[in-house]
Amino acid sequence: MSDSDTATAVVRSEISRRDFLNDVAAGALGIAGLGAMVVTYRYLSPNALFEPLTTFRAGNPGLYPVNSVTFNQDQQVYIVRTQEGFYAVSAVCTHLGCITQWKPDANMIACPCHGSKFKSDGTKVEGPAPRSLPHFSITLTADGELLVDKMETIKAEQALKA
Amino acid sequence: MATSSIELALNRLRETRAWRSVFRRGPARTNRTRSLAIFGNIFLHLMPVKVREQSLRVRATYYLGSFSFLLFLMLTVTGILLMLYYHPAVPQAYLDMKDLRFVVSNGVFLRNLHRVGAHAMVIAVFWHMFHVFYRGGYRPPHEFNWVVGVVLMLLTLFLSYTGYLLPWDQLAFWAITVGTNIISAEPVLGRDVRFLLLGGNLVGENALLRFYVLHCVILPLVAGMFIAIHFWRIQKDGGLTLRENQE
Repeated sequence: MSDSDTATAVVRSEISRRDFLNDVAAGALGIAGLGAMVVTYRYLSPNALFEPLTTFRAGNPGLYPVNSVTFNQDQQVYIVRTQEGFYAVSAVCTHLGCITQWKPDANMIACPCHGSKFKSDGTKVEGPAPRSLPHFSITLTADGELLVDKMETIKAEQALKA
Repeated sequence: MATSSIELALNRLRETRAWRSVFRRGPARTNRTRSLAIFGNIFLHLMPVKVREQSLRVRATYYLGSFSFLLFLMLTVTGILLMLYYHPAVPQAYLDMKDLRFVVSNGVFLRNLHRVGAHAMVIAVFWHMFHVFYRGGYRPPHEFNWVVGVVLMLLTLFLSYTGYLLPWDQLAFWAITVGTNIISAEPVLGRDVRFLLLGGNLVGENALLRFYVLHCVILPLVAGMFIAIHFWRIQKDGGLTLRENQE
């Protein structure tokens, strides 16, 4: 488009053809770039994980005497039985993920890494752990065994009644 | 000045077509041709053509930056050699690390050189940073290069951290477990960042492979680029920061 054309032509638009095409191209590149970021993010998040199952059977409830804490080494969970019923308490310290230990003499769950202490129901007694140990969902299977789901945390008062 | 036979031979070599095709200029006898030799060389073009005499004194820098860079080069060389015997897989990684220590000839030497070199690089980088800080190297016109230096310090720490998982022993496993849990404590994005970094919910095969790729490819490339910028900016900003009484 020559200068004389633009001078005489009726002003149809504020933006020139070049600006319009530049904006369209930049917009298209922007959309494509955003799409590439989303696609890359989804590529980097694995869909199939070859990690251990989060649910496990903890055996017959009769295995656990009343007022006992049993450490399940493989699952890193304490199965606690009190007068009221059963809890499944996580053994993973809420501070930085170390595996805590049940100390029967002190009636405490203690973390070897930084010295956090918890009661047998997971309640925090002493830091640096920021929170109490979480309780996992604990149910009975049809054939009468305890089933713990480590993906589902429940409130401490929701114990499985004995 | 008497010309030795070696110099004569060298001069004859400089006249050959092959030499001229590579270097494209005659011998560097004047300041101008010496400058051109620096500018025209891809390996030297980041270097200043002239430096102040004070900059070269030991007490001006203690060569801490050069020392950090030399350690980076040494870690690259030893790291590439270690890669020839290492598989980033579970549990092969641990066995390969043991093989490097006890089976491969001089493997223990290379592994320890890489390990001690890595510790030394962290020390050298921090010492360099403190030294530059106390000299006021963060002040204009060096602000940008100070920021580049801080990025390089962080990259050094990331390299150190990602390399720590690769032996796949208890120390490595728990260090990465604890470290990535620190990441997940960060609000909003923390858990996603941890999931992406580990390629899962726990420190497993995916995490080992991701840390390996970060340690051996991504971080060294990024660090290399920032090192190039860092060197380039020293001369663009007019040389080193010298003490007042040395100016």
